[in-house]
Amino acid sequence: MSTDAPAAPGRKLNRIGLEPGAYRGGKSTLCAGCGHNAISERIIEAYYEMGIDPSRVVKMSGIGCSSKSPAYFLGSAHGFNAVHGRMPSVATGAMLANRTLLAIGVSGDGDTGAIGIGQFVHLMRRNVPMIYIVENNGCYGLTKGQLSPTADLGSVLKSGVVNDLPPIDLCALAIELGASFVARTFSGDKKQMSALLKAAIAHRGTVMLDIISPCVTFNDHEGSTKSYSYVKDHDEPLGEISFVPYFDDISVDYGPGEVQEVTLHDGSRLLLKKLAGDYDPTNRVIARRVLHETASRGEYATGLLYVEPSRPDFLSLLNLVDRPLAFLTPDETRPGRDVLEQIMEELR
Amino acid sequence: MPPETAPAAAFTAPASRVVNDFSIQVATVNGSGSQTANLVLLRSIFQSGVPVSGKNLFPSNIAGLPTWFTIRASRRGYIARRRETDILVAMNPDTAREDVASLRPGAAVVYDALLRLEAVRDDVVFYPVPFDRIVAPVCPDARLRKLVRNMIYDGVLARLLGIDLARMRQALARQLGKKPKAVALNEAALDAGFEYAAANLEKRDPFVIEPMDATRGKILIDGNAAAAIGAMMAGVTVVTWYPITPSSSLCEALTGYMRAHRTDPATGKATFAIVQAEDELSALGMALGAGWAGARAMTATSGPGISLMAEFTGLGYFAEVPAVIFDIQRAGPSTGLPTRTAQGDLLSTAVLSHGDTRHPMLLPASVGEAYEMAMAAFDLAERLQTPVFVMSDLDLGMNVWMSEPFAYPERAPDRGKRLTPEVLERLGEWHRYRDVDGDGVPWRTAPGDGMPAYFCRGSGHNEQGQYSERPGDYAGTLERLARKLETARTLVPPAVVEADEGARVGLIAFGTSHWAVAESRDQLREEAGLPTAYLRLRGYPFGPEVEAFVRRWERVYVVEQNRDGQMRGLLALDLEPPLVQRLRSVRHFDGLPLDARSVTAAVLEQERGGTR
Ligand SMILES: Cc1ncc(C[n+]2csc(CCOP(=O)(O)OP(=O)(O)O)c2C)c(N)n1
Ligand code: SF4
Repeated sequence: MSTDAPAAPGRKLNRIGLEPGAYRGGKSTLCAGCGHNAISERIIEAYYEMGIDPSRVVKMSGIGCSSKSPAYFLGSAHGFNAVHGRMPSVATGAMLANRTLLAIGVSGDGDTGAIGIGQFVHLMRRNVPMIYIVENNGCYGLTKGQLSPTADLGSVLKSGVVNDLPPIDLCALAIELGASFVARTFSGDKKQMSALLKAAIAHRGTVMLDIISPCVTFNDHEGSTKSYSYVKDHDEPLGEISFVPYFDDISVDYGPGEVQEVTLHDGSRLLLKKLAGDYDPTNRVIARRVLHETASRGEYATGLLYVEPSRPDFLSLLNLVDRPLAFLTPDETRPGRDVLEQIMEELR
Repeated sequence: MPPETAPAAAFTAPASRVVNDFSIQVATVNGSGSQTANLVLLRSIFQSGVPVSGKNLFPSNIAGLPTWFTIRASRRGYIARRRETDILVAMNPDTAREDVASLRPGAAVVYDALLRLEAVRDDVVFYPVPFDRIVAPVCPDARLRKLVRNMIYDGVLARLLGIDLARMRQALARQLGKKPKAVALNEAALDAGFEYAAANLEKRDPFVIEPMDATRGKILIDGNAAAAIGAMMAGVTVVTWYPITPSSSLCEALTGYMRAHRTDPATGKATFAIVQAEDELSALGMALGAGWAGARAMTATSGPGISLMAEFTGLGYFAEVPAVIFDIQRAGPSTGLPTRTAQGDLLSTAVLSHGDTRHPMLLPASVGEAYEMAMAAFDLAERLQTPVFVMSDLDLGMNVWMSEPFAYPERAPDRGKRLTPEVLERLGEWHRYRDVDGDGVPWRTAPGDGMPAYFCRGSGHNEQGQYSERPGDYAGTLERLARKLETARTLVPPAVVEADEGARVGLIAFGTSHWAVAESRDQLREEAGLPTAYLRLRGYPFGPEVEAFVRRWERVYVVEQNRDGQMRGLLALDLEPPLVQRLRSVRHFDGLPLDARSVTAAVLEQERGGTR
């Protein structure tokens, strides 16, 4: 449940003078133990710790248990719970209207991978500045446990039905399509999820965050590859990850070659301590290869999979005026009499 | 140059001169570049001061299928389609014989001499023209000949119809703009056609253009460009669309206008975003996202897109998010006839989406109204906080129409009920979905405006916007939305009502059907002695004037361009049963624009049966 206070910050005020409570939302109506609740908690923490003004945030979602969760965090932010699978377009529209907003969208693996795959693909391709979270449980929670397109080959439903279709790897897809920040984590891994969420806030562009988030009611049994125990046993972190916000100018000492540092849009840094191999999250080809290899071993590669901090986001490509389009005045948006007269003259 | 073949016993039309009252049909193959020649011809008649209209009947294809362009000159100012052709320009070898066969006696044909059409019949006037021989010397570049060739028939017609050649050159310059090379080449072809006709063709038909003064100061524009100008003047900031005939040219024209007039000259930055979406679901999703966030947002589409927008329209209705949707209707269902016109989306759009919904619709009949209603639609969408549809059609959207120049909007845009600190203080407390004013329209806020936030959702909610499945909350919301529809009734443009002296029956029409009905009323009165009253609908939901009209006339003919009498159906939903029985239906649904004769015939037939 989402009622316990976040462990880290206690009641102290953050950078902009807000208490943790200012980042809470309504009481969760999801099942106790649902992975989605843990994610809401980390979101509350991350926005609190980053000192983001909730009134600048818009929370977007589609339909599903996961899509309900924006009601359970950042209660003083605007939210839009849209229709099934179509959150990307609504979020894109909102960002077109007001480029100064900070958008976070929450979707499910059905909402994204099935009905919404088309809009998902185009959101990634456009690199619309927003955080797009898929709370991935391999099933449809809200409609009572049917298979979703991210269910792994051979994964077994509670009813005994075996999935015989290959899964869609949403991270691989996002990398291929041009998302500029792609990561995977597990609702049970507090530390990694927190670092990734804060890095997501620091990034400008589409952040695709696939969070494996077990459905305790329909997909947490023996034979499921999205159960808590399966994911715990098959989680393959790419490296230890720490986040250094731009406002905490800590210098960290590591031996040469031990750590890869990624500087994000707002100046914050991600420090990736390599555990194994030659993983380089700025290399698409390696990312795809590692995803493929881990998946074929039945493992989940987690951590920062791919990042391209400098890719221009969709709004900057549109060359918009600085002020939000939504707040332009009639003087700024209605051409003068001379313009209409000129157009009329050309039509005579 | 001697004519290739001189018709043996040349037919001469018996009639005396027919001045400024005839129609020309140019039959070509699509992709042959005849559009310039056709528009130059139309414009030269317009610039002669003669009321004129043009309709392009084109295939859903890029090149190789038959296309007809009809131009109607009408001294009385009728601009509806006319079924009869007086002058045929037969440029399409595949359809030429059929085109000639369908003419009525006394018509004239300008054609490629090689086609030998004079053999088809002997009761029309034939003007053979050796196009290839004329074009070769004026256009040495063989690759350009196909395009330039068409200007020759303009030259021939200028001579035959008595259109001042200087006026035609002027029209050509207007049409081609600043392309001196193209202008010179086309002018040469125009002149060559004129000279050929002067030397070789003896005028044997009665049709002539004589200068009038009925078009002074007027403009020529298509309805999509007119709507685009309206949207720009309304201050639209977010435009999302997916290409579909016949609506694409609206967004394309808008893109052109916005780049020219809505870009900050100092910084080069845009006060607008235009996004080509991946489909119509996305197009409306983006518009709703933008409308929710406080922008003036729109999309434009046609029937297939409207079908895809159903679910999102319901969201916009139930979550109360403004958006403007232009539906440039084409003949459905399914892909139907993508390049032919219809008024076939009324019923499905009025109640688009599942559950109880009703959506305001504006019904422009003219390019002037396409402009005005585009602006009105944005005001309405924000005033009512709901999707608003502008129901244009292919005939209005893609054809060129005469109009008075558009007037600059005198009223500031109506941004509707947006909560401000002052309003909040007056209200004391604010709930997103509470009807504090009794008009069904609550106050709203937008992210980033400094006012309190709310959670917008398409699921059941209470006045605070919180998730609710309580029967009272749900029923209360639906009832309030019904109240909002009553408010909409008072805000959409009222119907226009007029009546002949001694009128005996009523007619109801809307959109482009208006032009055929206006002409038909003259025919009914002058030829059949049946004076009529007429109500032209301009918006939905209907205002009280509509019921009053039906009460006044015992028989009311609802004229529309669809098979099932969709507007009659919508009227029947609103009227009491005895009034519904007064409604009769005149329906036209062959994909071609409605013409006056069809209306007159249908009304008279029913009157004969009906008056007993
Ligand atoms: C157009 C449409 N089709 C079907 C549904 C029913 N529906 C609601 S939620 C859902 C699946 C949700 O699954 P997922 O996105 O994985 O989210 P979860 O509940 O597992 O978090 C479906 C099919 C709907 N709301 N709308
Ligand atoms: S059904 Fe599954 S996904 Fe839905 S709330 Fe319960 S545990 Fe979470």
